[in-house]
Formats: sequence, C-alpha cells, structure tokens
Amino acid sequence: MKYVKQFAVILSISLIAELMEYLIPIPVAASIYGLVLMLIGLITKLIPLEKVEGAADFLVEIMPILFIPSTVGIMASADALKEMLIPLCVICVVTTILIMAVTGKVSQGIIRRGAGRSRNMRGSRK
Amino acid sequence: MKEALTQSAFFGVVLSLICYEIGLWCKEKLKIAIANPLLIAVLLIVAILLLFNIDYDSYNEGASYISMLLTPATVSLAIPLYRQLSLLKKYPGAIFGGIAAGVVTAMVSIFLLSFAFGLNHQQYVTLLPKSITTAIGMGVSDKMGGIVTITVVSICITGILGNICAETVCKIFKIEEPIAKGLAIGTGAHAMGTAKAMEMGEVEGAMSSLSIVVAGIMTVVSVSLFANLI
Repeated sequence: MKYVKQFAVILSISLIAELMEYLIPIPVAASIYGLVLMLIGLITKLIPLEKVEGAADFLVEIMPILFIPSTVGIMASADALKEMLIPLCVICVVTTILIMAVTGKVSQGIIRRGAGRSRNMRGSRK
Repeated sequence: MKEALTQSAFFGVVLSLICYEIGLWCKEKLKIAIANPLLIAVLLIVAILLLFNIDYDSYNEGASYISMLLTPATVSLAIPLYRQLSLLKKYPGAIFGGIAAGVVTAMVSIFLLSFAFGLNHQQYVTLLPKSITTAIGMGVSDKMGGIVTITVVSICITGILGNICAETVCKIFKIEEPIAKGLAIGTGAHAMGTAKAMEMGEVEGAMSSLSIVVAGIMTVVSVSLFANLI
C-alpha cells in the first residue's frame, strides 16, 4: 500500500499543477508548476522525502519510455521536419558545443577565483 | 484480425514497451551513443506502423496512456534535485553563474542562427528549448506554439551529440575542474549528456544531473523573454 500513497501524493500535486496552469495566465506548462511545488514541499518538509521517494524514482527511471508516443507523432510532422532539417542540424551542433564551452568556462572561472581568494586569505593570515 | 489488434488499448502500450526493450538491448550490445533506446524505439515503431499501414491515431489511442504519466514524472524530477541540494548550497556561485551563462548562450545563439536561416516563429520556438530535458522542453515548445515532436527530435540529437563530444569539448576549451565539466555537460546536453558525465566521475555526474533541472527551470523563464523576437 506504500506505493498507493506515494502515487496519490505525486498525482495530487500534478492535479493542483494543472489547475494552476489553467488559472495563471502565463505560458508555463503544468509540469513545471508541479516540479516547483514538489521541491517547495520537500524543502519545507511538508512532504517528507520517504513519502514520495519510491514512486518518484520509478517514474524518473521510466521517463524515456514516456516520450515515445509523442515522438512517434513525428510521422505526422515529417514534412515540417524536412523543411527545417538543415537549420535544425546546424543549430544543434553549433549551440550544443557553444553552451558546453561557455557554461564550463564561466563556472570554472568562478571556482578558481573563489579558490584563489581563499588561498590569499590563508596567506595573509600567516 | 488486424482491426481487433490495433483497436485494443493495449496495442500502443505493448508496442512501445517491446520496442523500448529492443532499444535497451541494442544499447547494451553496441555501447555507442547513437544507439539511444528512445531513438531506436521510435524508429522501430514508425517503421512498423508504416509497414502495416496503421495510422498514428490508432497507435496513440493506447499509447497516450503512457504519455499521461509525463506530468507526474516531471514533478518527480524534484526528488533527485532535492537530494543534491547540499551541493547547490556548497557551490552556489559556480552553479548558478555557470548555468545562467549557458542558458543565455543557448537563447542568444539559437536566436541568431534561426534569424540567419530565416526560420519563422513556429520553427524558432520549436528549437528554443532544444538543450533542456525532454520533459520540460516539450512543455515549453507546446506552450509557445512550437512543433512538439520536432522539439523532441532536436533534444534527442543534442543529447546524442553532447554525449559523443563532451570529452573533446572539455579538452579543447581546457575545462578541467570536475564541477565545471559536470555543469557544462548537464546544461548543454541534459540527461543523455549526463550519462557520459557519470562515466567521467561521481562529481561530474552529480553536477550534470543537478544542471538538468536548474537549466530547465531557467530556460522556462528566459524563453518567455526570447520567444517573441522572431
């Protein structure tokens, strides 16, 4: 019965999230509201981790399977895909490399600057 | 016979599960990034539907029960993020700074390239969420009026690419800190990249999986600012 309760919690949050999507007039999908609600619930300990953990881990694990039906829908948009195939491929290649490089460089810069500062502090104390 | 089979609500579900299993098997055997189970499953299903002349709607009638779990599964992404909260508190500057820089780079570069290629609004918003996890990206594309299936395809291509070239990119750009590597891979190539980051090391893996959700949420916010530029 443990899983029934866990699913009940997760599905209730999904339900509230869909209600929020309907009521709040900004273009944000229900799943994002749900994700944030769940995170707030966990941080405030309103939802104890062990009350959702098992079912949540299961859902995250099977996630790739959940994308199958909508991706198969590509059958219906084959023409639209053909139309933008070259830009799509170029954009994927260029931006993926660019995003990785910038994210890595910026975070590495921040880490090393922080490390340098703490070394200096240690040095000045001597 | 064919009618009875395809009209059953279980048809779409069973076909999806079997094809995914085959995809998993291929991944085990081939051990290359392009052998992605999701990609293999989708190609197989499309081939089978076309071969037996079954239309998408009769497949999706059953398969849509699978899609129904997508919202609760995305909600559940909060759990792995919660578990890594201590990491987030330890390196807030590097994590938020790095990921924010990555997300802005994504938005600006996709905008500039889409503009250069003369894409229309629908095509542009279809590609905007291409670097984030499918669960969040699908919602973004749908809400902005993009073509969701093409968004999923571009997310898949990005993930596979990221998985293949992550190590080379880190080497070329001299990204040496394990934390920075993980953040770069997770922000650039979501869950499929994270698989690679986990092979590289524990810190890389944890940082990469943390970036999936953080980058996803940051993208949701910034897409609304960039969506109407084209």
